[in-house]
Amino acid sequence: MHPARFTFSTRLTFLKGTDLAETKDHQAVFAPWEDPNEAPLIRFRGVTKKFGTFTAIHDVSLDIYRKEFFALLGPSGCGKTTLMRLLAGFETPTEGQIELDGHDIAPVPPNQRAVNMMFQSYALFPHLSVWENIAFGLKREGMAKDKIGDRVTEMLRLTRLEQFGRRKPHQISGGQRQRVALARSLAKAPKLLLLDEPLGALDKKLREETQFELMDIQEKTGTTFVIVTHDQEEAMTVASRVAVMDAGVLKQVATPSQIYENPNSVYVAGFIGDVTILQGRARKDGERYLVDWAEGQPPLVTHSGVEIGPGETCHYAIRPEKVEIHKDRPDDDNVLHGKVIDIGYLGNISTYHVELANGQIIRAQSFNTERSTRQAFTWEDEVWVNWTDRCGILLAG
Amino acid sequence: MRKSLVYLIPFLWLLALFFVPFLIVFKISLSDIALARPPYMPQLDLSEGLAGIRAFLSELDFENFVFLTTDSLYWKAYLSSLRIALIATFLTLLVGYPIAYGMARAPHHWRPTLLMLVILPFWTSFLIRVYAWMGILGQEGYLNQVLLWTGLISEPLSILNTNTAVYIGVVYTYLPFMILPIYAALERLDISLIEAAEDLGCSRTSAFWLVTFPLSRPGVTAGCFLVFIPTIGEFVIPSLLGGSKTLMIGKVLWEEFFSNRDWPVASAVAVVLLLILIVPIIFFQKNQQRQAEADA
Ligand SMILES: Nc1ncnc2c1ncn2[C@@H]1O[C@H](COP(=O)(O)OP(=O)(O)O)[C@@H](O)[C@H]1O
Ligand SMILES: [Mg+2]
Repeated sequence: MHPARFTFSTRLTFLKGTDLAETKDHQAVFAPWEDPNEAPLIRFRGVTKKFGTFTAIHDVSLDIYRKEFFALLGPSGCGKTTLMRLLAGFETPTEGQIELDGHDIAPVPPNQRAVNMMFQSYALFPHLSVWENIAFGLKREGMAKDKIGDRVTEMLRLTRLEQFGRRKPHQISGGQRQRVALARSLAKAPKLLLLDEPLGALDKKLREETQFELMDIQEKTGTTFVIVTHDQEEAMTVASRVAVMDAGVLKQVATPSQIYENPNSVYVAGFIGDVTILQGRARKDGERYLVDWAEGQPPLVTHSGVEIGPGETCHYAIRPEKVEIHKDRPDDDNVLHGKVIDIGYLGNISTYHVELANGQIIRAQSFNTERSTRQAFTWEDEVWVNWTDRCGILLAG
Repeated sequence: MRKSLVYLIPFLWLLALFFVPFLIVFKISLSDIALARPPYMPQLDLSEGLAGIRAFLSELDFENFVFLTTDSLYWKAYLSSLRIALIATFLTLLVGYPIAYGMARAPHHWRPTLLMLVILPFWTSFLIRVYAWMGILGQEGYLNQVLLWTGLISEPLSILNTNTAVYIGVVYTYLPFMILPIYAALERLDISLIEAAEDLGCSRTSAFWLVTFPLSRPGVTAGCFLVFIPTIGEFVIPSLLGGSKTLMIGKVLWEEFFSNRDWPVASAVAVVLLLILIVPIIFFQKNQQRQAEADA
């Protein structure tokens, strides 16, 4: 029940329409990482990569499953490209091994791996036309001429480049070039497609459109995608699972919503989305934890998935969209009093920076559901902020 | 206004140092040999006014060019020069390309040094370096001494005064002109293109022939022209290293001027040589222009 072509706008209506439930179902069903019988397509076993004395990848163990859209997310220089190059065969692990389909790929040179890479720079051959670029890998396979023609035409249609086959890469736009790179890497129908910051060079609008296009292509071709990005929104949008990296280490591997709602460390919480992080000591209070975090402020209360010993220091993270802002004191958990010192107006939402008596700033977001030029709150307003006992995230350490 | 003056400079340069001398040479090529000083006539006598100019012009003719076609020596010399230049250019490419490739793949911090080493021979006089090759290639030269000593040969090789020596001399002399443009093309080449080729199933060798070489072609073309064009008219190398059988137009030209003192015929030879060179020069210009457009 997929529309033949799935542009940004059709996708949106699709999501808004009655198919929403089906999409959700589909996502809930696709979770091979939870199935102990499912064999991963890629398995990193304790992979370390050193350049001289510098460790670019440190002891990474990771399973990626068939048909996944797997995102590697992390700041510049954290080793994302290196991880991809290990998969493509341009680098060899210093320690550990990588298996593709159960076989160690160390002895397989890049030109014989069932893996294709879409390069960060696209790496289109400037002396070849769009058509020849896409046919390049097929010709190397020794595919029959007419079959090559069919396959290239199919790829051109898939990436909506039918009219540009004869152009040279320098005669088309950045967005088209990116699609040529994608078509070229997909043409050989690899088991695994590696995309290194594929959308980095595009402007925001084109990038969002292309993200949905990528998801659509991934769904249609059933290829396993590993995408590198430093844009967290992009990772959240496209990925079935996200791996958050920092300085060569995998910090957390989970679905986008798990990463967002249940980060396992201060680093991950801070890297994904907007968050206020407080430091304090936790103590158990029945089912819930109480966190004493500042003199003169009431303890914060929360449910927690992680166990924290009594009196241990911990961090307490709260996302601004979970924080409500009120004129009068609400009768609820986690109520704090402060003063509005800054307002960020984004059109659809406003972010209020509320300064508490002890100087701590809590950010609260509210949707501007009513069309009005007057804001509900303004600078210097005395306000109350609060959130429920399920909204805070307790983080050890 | 200022700007257009700046543009004028290269044109004035060309006018003074190319066009005017060419006109003089062309004029001499239309004159007749004479036992005089300068050794040709007619001479322009402006004191007689318009009539003098008319008399002067009426005595100019294309006799010398016709003469060039009657003696097979000339066209043979032109053909032989072309052949030697073509072969020498190809040999220079064979030697220069791997060097340029090696330089472009060398670690970044080495490259300035390597470039320096390529240009270094220009610091000594060209003539001295060609003389040095006479010492190396001669019957009792260093090369023969080493080869005899190692026992690779039992009789000394005669290389000096053959075309082989000319090729060695040309390759050696013009190598930097081949290396530099190829190096410039290869150095710009994005290494990820090679990786992309390998990723798509190329071996190292096929990645070279399908990606690296085609993308270095502008450099190869520029290098070949920079070697080919001066080699056609080359005089010093064939006369010092070549033998009596080495026929090159530069040598013929020299002999006409200095041995026969036939300036008009020598000038005609030079004019024809220039006409021959114009063809590759135009191609070279086209290549450079295309390159500039591709870069823009
Ligand atoms: N060939 C190499 N030699 C030395 N250091 C390298 C090499 N490749 C990458 N690095 C280093 O490894 C780290 C990770 O690089 P990379 O994987 O490209 O990061 P990312 O793609 O996440 O921005 C960087 O600090 C980089 O300088
Ligand atoms: Mg990178």
